[in-house]
Amino acid sequence: MEKYAVFVPKLVTKRENFAPGHRACLGCGEALAVRLACKALGQNVIIVSATGCMEVVSTPLPYTSWRVAWIHTLFENTGAVASGIEAGLKVMMRKGECPAKEVNVVVMAGDGGTSDIGLQALSGALERGHDFLYICLDNEAYMNTGIQRSSATPFGASTTTAPAGKMSIGQVTWKKNMPAITAAHDIPYVATACPSYPFDLMAKVARGAAVHGPAYVHILSVCPTGWRSAPDLTIRIGRLAVETGMFPLYEVEDGKYKLSIDLPWLRPVQDYLKLQGRFRHLSEETIKKIQNRVNKEYAKLKEKVA
Amino acid sequence: MRAQRVGIEVSRAIAIAAKLANVDVVSAYPITPQTHIVEDIAELVANGELDAAYIPVESEHSAMSACLGASAVGARTFTATAGQGLELMHEVLYIASSMRLPIVMAVANRALSAPLSIWGDHSDVMAARDTGWIQIFAANGQETFDSVLCAFRIAEDQRVLLPVMVNLDGFHLTHMIEPICIPEQSEVDKFLPPYQYPLPLDPDKPITMGAFAPPYIYTETKKAQQVNLTAAKEVILQCWREFGDLFGRYYSPVEGYHCEKAKVLLLVMGSFSETAMSAIDTLRGEGKEVGLIKLRLWRPFPFDEIRRAVRDAEVLIVLDRALSFGGPGGPVCSEIRSALYNEDKKPKVIGFVGGLGGRDISPGGFKEIINRGIEISQTGSEQEFEMFGVRE
Repeated sequence: MEKYAVFVPKLVTKRENFAPGHRACLGCGEALAVRLACKALGQNVIIVSATGCMEVVSTPLPYTSWRVAWIHTLFENTGAVASGIEAGLKVMMRKGECPAKEVNVVVMAGDGGTSDIGLQALSGALERGHDFLYICLDNEAYMNTGIQRSSATPFGASTTTAPAGKMSIGQVTWKKNMPAITAAHDIPYVATACPSYPFDLMAKVARGAAVHGPAYVHILSVCPTGWRSAPDLTIRIGRLAVETGMFPLYEVEDGKYKLSIDLPWLRPVQDYLKLQGRFRHLSEETIKKIQNRVNKEYAKLKEKVA
Repeated sequence: MRAQRVGIEVSRAIAIAAKLANVDVVSAYPITPQTHIVEDIAELVANGELDAAYIPVESEHSAMSACLGASAVGARTFTATAGQGLELMHEVLYIASSMRLPIVMAVANRALSAPLSIWGDHSDVMAARDTGWIQIFAANGQETFDSVLCAFRIAEDQRVLLPVMVNLDGFHLTHMIEPICIPEQSEVDKFLPPYQYPLPLDPDKPITMGAFAPPYIYTETKKAQQVNLTAAKEVILQCWREFGDLFGRYYSPVEGYHCEKAKVLLLVMGSFSETAMSAIDTLRGEGKEVGLIKLRLWRPFPFDEIRRAVRDAEVLIVLDRALSFGGPGGPVCSEIRSALYNEDKKPKVIGFVGGLGGRDISPGGFKEIINRGIEISQTGSEQEFEMFGVRE
């Protein structure tokens, strides 16, 4: 992170390829992530969107927020659609049927579209080695349909299909580790990012787009609507996710793990949880359980880095 | 014309048709009885005989999805599937037609599970009837080969820009070795111009494809699609005329065999029509005034042609190779009945369902169907339709 000086913001393009005027909620971390990613990607891109919040808020016919080439077809097939685009462009350029140029094919999908319904298509595309970048915009539940749990929902969070109640703490499973699953495909680049660290996010998206072969960037996107948090706390909550070790920032380049921020110590998870209504019901005992798990997972990650 | 007539498996001929069409992207997942088609294409690519990207995807859902992507950037795109594979593609089929992506697909028609059956019938394509694709049924190897070449030309016509499905019966056609005229590349090039998609995904000219439609605009998009698919019939007819002028084989949406003065007509789709022809020959030899109607174009449905073809008959017997459970019989029979309902002069329509899951119908079987159909037209039946050859 130290390489980003105070002047860096001035170097970032002012052009907004994800145009203002879209219909995302107040304080949406995902819209911010998309905006930053688009700045990093530039014009030379074809974006493949899954069904979800970002598709719905940006393209009610006849309007669009996209100033770059963009396609949406279905929920679970972005890996395959991107495969077709990449393969199609490559072969047409080889045959001289379209002008040869560098085009970045980039998927944007939510956590449901990535870790649940779209996992097979994503795995197939990674395994086949298509040259594309997959960005998972993870807001930890099916927010577009009304806060239903996904396999990326964290332990203890209350959602509409795994609600907290007398007999339940809400989500009883641990968050599926998508970066590890994608890294297990031995692809050249995997990274985690959060819009609370904008320059880090942009650098990782640019890196993912630049590498040859499949790349995966997993972006934690705070969702005030679904997390029951104050819209003006989006950036702070994102920072706390990182500082507590709930969502560590790291890169896996050619199998080598590298922490983007090496935390000298972890803030207590309670600092992160207490700002969100979805965790309001948690007992001290459950919070301790989460704390232990975070400590253990962070230690495992540190081992991989070493 | 220096076309070469060779004995070749029909699946293999489809692969050659794709090669002659110089496809850019083929994305497919293996399923019997489609496999020979895609295996041969993979081999053509591996041997450098076809410069294309072969994407060996992990499911049929992804096969069609990869086709969407390839077609959206302007690549000439082909795939093939069968049975369960077509059903797994189901929701993606709607995207191809609704987003006007001219993908060509061969469907090796296969029964649907359960119980598992890898053998042929039309249950798969009938479940995909309303997906907005142009749907053509081939009766033999030559028709299949010609239909695939025509499919590219029809799909990519700027007035159409719709995906086309070429249906051929699983095993009964896919695995048959037939004499097929394979034209020279130069002849195909004259017929099939290079593909130019008018609005491809291109970073230099960014467009938004696949935006969502609130209620105030959805109906209009569907009306446009309906108008577009219906109007495609004229282009299909024109394509078949020009194909005939170039290659000497003419096709039409509805084809008749011994229909002159026929009081009784049998209507069949796909390869069974060839067997039915033998039955018609025998019955004609016995002095019976029977004829055969082959329905080649299923979507857009050829209303006028069907009405004209059957107007003067007294009885029309329709054989479906698919079953609409708890419904009025097979989907083909229902549609024909409904197409004729408001006509002043029309035959009685008698429905049969048979040939399910690879069950063969012999010429003798077709004779039985025709005779039983005539009987029902005179005495009636207790059932809405009858299942032929079923053991009770």
